[in-house]
Amino acid sequence: MNSEVSYFASLAPIFPEIGLALAAIVLLMVGVIFLKKEHSVALTSVGILVLAVVAVVVIVRPEEGQLFNGGFIADGFSRYMKVLVLGGSAFALLLSLSSAVENGLNKFEYAVLVMLATVGMMMMVSANDLMTLYVGLELQSLSLYVLAAMNRTNAKATEAGLKYFVLGALSSGMLLYGASLIYGFTGHTQLNEITQAIAMGERSVGLIFGIVFLLTGVAFKISAVPFHMWTPDVYEGAPTPVTAFFATAPKVAAMALFVRLVMVSFEPVSKDWQQIVIFLSIASMVLAAFAAIGQKNIKRLIAYSSIGHVGFALVGLSSGTQGGVEGVAIYMAIYVTMTVGLFACLLSLKTENGFVENIADLAGLAQRRPFVAAIMALLMFSLIGMPPLAGFFAKWHVFLAAIEAHLFVLAVIGVLASAISAFYYLRVVKVMYFDEPNQQFMAVPNELGIVMLVSGFLLVTYYFTVGGWLQGVARGAAGSLF
Amino acid sequence: MNFAGSILTIITFLPLVGALALLLVPGKDAAAANLVRWVSLIVTTVTFILSMWMWSMFDASSADFQFVQNWELIGDSIGYRMGVDGISVLFVVLTAFLMPFCVLASWESISVRVREYMIAFLVLETLMIGVFTTLDLAMFYVFFEGTLIPMFLIIGIWGGKRRIQASYKFFFYTFTGSVLMLLAIMAMYWQAGTLDITKLLETKFPPEMQVWLWLAFFASFAVKMPMWPFHRWLPEAHVEAPTAGSVILAAILLKLGGYGFLRFSLPMFPDASLQFSNFVFVLSVAAIIITSLVAFVQDDIKKLIAYSSVAHMGFVTMGIFAGNVNGVQGALFQMISHGIVSGALFLSVGVIYDRMHTREIAAYGGLADRMPKYAFAMMVFTMANVGLPGTSGFVGEFLTMIGVFQVNTWVAFGAAFGVIFSACYALWLYRNVIFGQLTKDSLKDILDLSPREVLVLAPLVVLTILFGFYPAPILDATAVSVDALVAHYANAIGSVATAAVAGH
Repeated sequence: MNSEVSYFASLAPIFPEIGLALAAIVLLMVGVIFLKKEHSVALTSVGILVLAVVAVVVIVRPEEGQLFNGGFIADGFSRYMKVLVLGGSAFALLLSLSSAVENGLNKFEYAVLVMLATVGMMMMVSANDLMTLYVGLELQSLSLYVLAAMNRTNAKATEAGLKYFVLGALSSGMLLYGASLIYGFTGHTQLNEITQAIAMGERSVGLIFGIVFLLTGVAFKISAVPFHMWTPDVYEGAPTPVTAFFATAPKVAAMALFVRLVMVSFEPVSKDWQQIVIFLSIASMVLAAFAAIGQKNIKRLIAYSSIGHVGFALVGLSSGTQGGVEGVAIYMAIYVTMTVGLFACLLSLKTENGFVENIADLAGLAQRRPFVAAIMALLMFSLIGMPPLAGFFAKWHVFLAAIEAHLFVLAVIGVLASAISAFYYLRVVKVMYFDEPNQQFMAVPNELGIVMLVSGFLLVTYYFTVGGWLQGVARGAAGSLF
Repeated sequence: MNFAGSILTIITFLPLVGALALLLVPGKDAAAANLVRWVSLIVTTVTFILSMWMWSMFDASSADFQFVQNWELIGDSIGYRMGVDGISVLFVVLTAFLMPFCVLASWESISVRVREYMIAFLVLETLMIGVFTTLDLAMFYVFFEGTLIPMFLIIGIWGGKRRIQASYKFFFYTFTGSVLMLLAIMAMYWQAGTLDITKLLETKFPPEMQVWLWLAFFASFAVKMPMWPFHRWLPEAHVEAPTAGSVILAAILLKLGGYGFLRFSLPMFPDASLQFSNFVFVLSVAAIIITSLVAFVQDDIKKLIAYSSVAHMGFVTMGIFAGNVNGVQGALFQMISHGIVSGALFLSVGVIYDRMHTREIAAYGGLADRMPKYAFAMMVFTMANVGLPGTSGFVGEFLTMIGVFQVNTWVAFGAAFGVIFSACYALWLYRNVIFGQLTKDSLKDILDLSPREVLVLAPLVVLTILFGFYPAPILDATAVSVDALVAHYANAIGSVATAAVAGH
């Protein structure tokens, strides 16, 4: 097995990660040695370019295979999720350009950290061993802690960073504990071999404990209830572009990790983990639906909304079928599209007093900025899951899988939760469209307008344009796990 | 793909294209608003003409779906399928027929955010026509649910004083009911392996499953219809919506529920339909009697008409679940007729609301003096609402009562009270608004119908009377499909039904 890394070309499946890591290091050096603060925007642009190039490489050069004694795997599923992660990161950087100074993100470290976090996420997506999993997860998490507190003169941002760090460290500890239990009871750290060990041996209590701790750790990262407490605070405190980043790429990566763990390595004990996933799913959907109703700050609202959406994505996973994984894959793609569009709207809404933070500040937006309001309303209806927008089709695929697996109670609770969640999404629409305007908004930056337009276009025309194609791609990705 | 073959696609999406065109109209001044109105009027009129052409091409002697288009779009589940049969074809025409009137009725009464208003209406038209033309169950849900978005905005932005509460209530009642139907649709997909309605109509679902599916569909359609006691959203939504919004709500959106019962519940879940038919009868009679009584004590004109709509929908559900030719035919006729009559009534209310800005019955009286033309139009519609022979309202009520009489005499007996009560409240309303002395100062200068308003109301008057004396156009178009539907239903429930009939 040692010979597999004997020549450079055999590393092809991991080229995208290597390239991105090298680019991040080079940019770091450039930043440290040559760069003045004013030029940080240029460096961020280079970062966007690098992420886009890597994404293209992942798409056009499908190198599949395992590396490093099976510690790293590149397959259809990881490719799909990597493209989502890279896309999410690139857009998060793009969204930060226009408001870098106000948000304290005009530092070259910002782009470098985002890129390093992205390397970590790509490792998570491709992890096929509990150790690579942990390494990827920590590379991602450590970068994110710093990003949360990037605007270090802002008390809220610092608090967010610290909170994220403490709770994140706790979850990493649990994850490690679970991993060590699993290693202890199966004798392996490589996911495929764990599967075999579980299938051959009996289902021991220690193993179940291990699984529970491991899944708890991952549930922290996807912020599923009851491990969601950090999310609203961090989303609110972190600078808005950083929040946009948190809400997209890391969610996708952690969800991909979750899917691979339960579908591949714990497949023989599916009845056990299904209970956990069903609980996480119901708790996330229901709690988010109710907790978001009282929110006044729009970023907290988005935090709860993202918790709810994780719950809906988990509905698909609960089924434990290929259709379910396909549903999760589609759901994450649509979720990322919606979230990017949503943050583009938020970052384009600036008044004399700075960026819009409270829902009440959106009053009468439909008359002041009809375009932004229309896109935002579309996003809200899509987040509810109203047809004919893409959000409906996302829910369609996950609930279809749940019904196939006869999880009727879960499905009924899920759709009712989505009906309740409609209440707070509609409130945003109501404030924008039914209330009278009370303040002026500044002009919308061009690149944000384009992002909003693309996002809105995709959401509205999903059924006619990308729907069939995305389903085909997601089916291929899900198929590679089975 | 020729023109005739894709006529349904054209009719369905032409208004949407019109809505996109409105986005491109430059400027925000009065001239731009006028251009927006004209574009909307032209688009809706062309849609109507196309739908009439489609009706003329429709072969009424066949129970099959016509103008069918069918291809897979998203994987093997959701497809793009279009087609109409005798049950849906008239709803397409009705929808397209009423839209130009809605645009005309909003010509002057809507002066703010005209562009958004017209876009909402055109999008709504696409979605409503889509409900009737699609042959894919998931797309049916998409169109059915999608109507909530524009209607929510129409009520919320251009509505009356309590518009926000009304729009929320409207949204939540219908949305909550519908999500359960969504799950039932998925369960049907796994059972039958397709979402193609033509194939689902031939699928036999196991009786235990039918019960659950029926209940889930019922949750959605009963709210939409609305059936008593799920009607609470309706009076508020009707009252607060702008005139054209009320027209669409009463004339088309309520029919989505009835159409759903006819298209899905009865033919796809025949066993469950039979099992629940008494339950539906009870709710229908309760709706007819209770809401008629409630209508009698209203002091708001629109609210009174809204409650009377609920009562009239009671006849529809009763007729549908009678499950025989008379009942189903009557229910269909009643829906079309109610679409015209209730739409016309709301338009009439809009006429005086535009002048006086109040809907209080007490604020009016003696309008016949100053508004003879208006008084005449209002009389025709009131009589049709009562169900006077010679108006279209009579045919539907009479047929449904015949139909239900064959199944259950007591239900027909109860429903007959509805006819009496409707005469009470409708004539009472007419007397208080139109007759009496014109004593109120505010009414002294009120003007009779303008040419634009005559243009809106005259065709509706003609149709109301025409269909009362000569209902053949509607009955002919639907007869074959209704026969097939009833035969299918009778076949499916088989001996159970014969035994039940023999018992009476």
